Amino acid sequence: MPVFYGTEIASALMLGTAQYPSPTVLAEAFRRSGAGVATVSVRREAGSGDTAQGQQFRALVEALGVALLPNTAGCHSVREAVTTAQMARELFGTNWIKLEVIGHADTLQPDPFGLVEAARLLTDEGFAVFPYCTEDLVLCERLLEAGCEVLMPWGAPIGTGLGLNNLYGLRSLRAQFPEVPLVVDAGLGLPSQAAQAMELGYDAVLLNTAVAKAGDPAAMAEAFAGAVAAGALAHRADPMPPRDMAEPSTPVLGKAFLT
Amino acid sequence: MRVLVRGSGVAGLCVAAELSARGHAVTITDPAGGPGAQACSWWAGGMLAPDCEGVTAEEPVVRLGRQAADWWQAQGAAVTRAGTLVVALGRDRRELDLFARRSTNHRWLDRDGIAAAEPQLAGRFERALMMSEEAHLDPRATLHGLRDRLVARGVRLVTDGASDTLAEQVIDCTGLAARPALPELRGVKGEMAVLRAPEIDLTRPVRLLHPRYPLYIVPRGDGRFMLGATQIESGARAGASVRSVMELLSAAYALDPAFGAAELVEIGVDARPAFPDNLPRLTRAGDTLYVNGLFRHGFLLAPALAQMAAAALEGQPDPEMLHDHHA
Repeated sequence: MPVFYGTEIASALMLGTAQYPSPTVLAEAFRRSGAGVATVSVRREAGSGDTAQGQQFRALVEALGVALLPNTAGCHSVREAVTTAQMARELFGTNWIKLEVIGHADTLQPDPFGLVEAARLLTDEGFAVFPYCTEDLVLCERLLEAGCEVLMPWGAPIGTGLGLNNLYGLRSLRAQFPEVPLVVDAGLGLPSQAAQAMELGYDAVLLNTAVAKAGDPAAMAEAFAGAVAAGALAHRADPMPPRDMAEPSTPVLGKAFLT
Repeated sequence: MRVLVRGSGVAGLCVAAELSARGHAVTITDPAGGPGAQACSWWAGGMLAPDCEGVTAEEPVVRLGRQAADWWQAQGAAVTRAGTLVVALGRDRRELDLFARRSTNHRWLDRDGIAAAEPQLAGRFERALMMSEEAHLDPRATLHGLRDRLVARGVRLVTDGASDTLAEQVIDCTGLAARPALPELRGVKGEMAVLRAPEIDLTRPVRLLHPRYPLYIVPRGDGRFMLGATQIESGARAGASVRSVMELLSAAYALDPAFGAAELVEIGVDARPAFPDNLPRLTRAGDTLYVNGLFRHGFLLAPALAQMAAAALEGQPDPEMLHDHHA
């Protein structure tokens, strides 16, 4: 099971808490997913920083009984992200922060330059930063240099459900950073895509829309849990390498020769 | 029976209407003296849209909401039965197929169909969904109309709840203010705007599919349009954010750039009272019956809840939404 900043999490599935039809459905989805981490948007869900009024939603999220990972969703600048992270630490009493610095309003693509800068500022302040990044190798190196001990590359842009867009890039990150916990964050639409991320040797997957916007969120949450477990097991089982030519699974040699 | 109804928002007035129609002596108490900006129903869209709401709401909302248009009409409210037009912008176009799959009583309109239904939107969309059985009303005119009707029928409207100490039953319809007694209740903040655009003509509410919350434009007559509504997990009853207002206004602009010339008449904010499952409840605690948690479905569900409250009061078998208080 994944270990983030010294804390072992009971599941490789991490779920967001936004966009569910109701808090009851959210709680049921978490129950059936067995997810170990819940991400929470500080700005949107906690009432734009209105601390007293967002309290009830915080209580609901805390009642899920999983580790909370507040995020800086919707922040478009370093300063905004840093301020939101500081607010999150106060609100949720954790130094964990999923760092999002959006660089492109239309595709919600991360701003790699702002991300590194914000990560450096936040790790200096003692935050445990979980950066939402692209699969760019150099960016990931810079984030590690900035003090991040987890990397969260996207599979595809937020909310698209397109799955793992750059398999080569994700695989190469895994090979380059064998000791760093890696999480595929964003872009997953189907359990098979989550299984694929785990088969690549990723430590966890993080998703929200695919579950929250399913017709039956709780059932979809359970489906993702199954896929994540299958993918992780497959990775531990050391999969066979793909081959270009067919190879019979039953050797022909030594077979009874019948005419 | 002498009944004191606390609160003169949509829930309180509907409960008072049901009870007085059944011959009970009803007094409504509200510190504000009657329906107005203190009640979150004042800021509502006034859409009676069970088919649209069914896409995200639980089944009882759809079933109980179906009777709302008839109920309001029977109370003398001006109900417009013109359906709802559902459209999606740009990259959200595929959301329309999902919406169709998860909703009831709709039919597809093509370009020509849209032009025939709403000439104002001709040429702007390739296809849309028409939810033909839905209706809408003007919330503020409706609340005032119902108040006048109740007063004419002998219902007393007072500002001091202590004035009716003889009441045998209290029905509390105070929304979020009842939170101390209903600990599971939470606020879901909504922001809305009213525009004036006399040159724009829409017959029916238009709903724009949006990844985060339903945005809609409801014609209010007299060249006015209501734009609603955000949905934020917060009990804050004031303070519209720039981001929210921008999203609302850009939705209107995207629907028809002619809204760019509209006058921004009003920006409103309030918090809807909701239980964790976003379904309303009757909660019995001693001599008080709480009618609460109507969430974003005040005008849609208050009639059904009022009938249930009356049934509970008259000792009929426990209605569907009744919860006994365990706190």
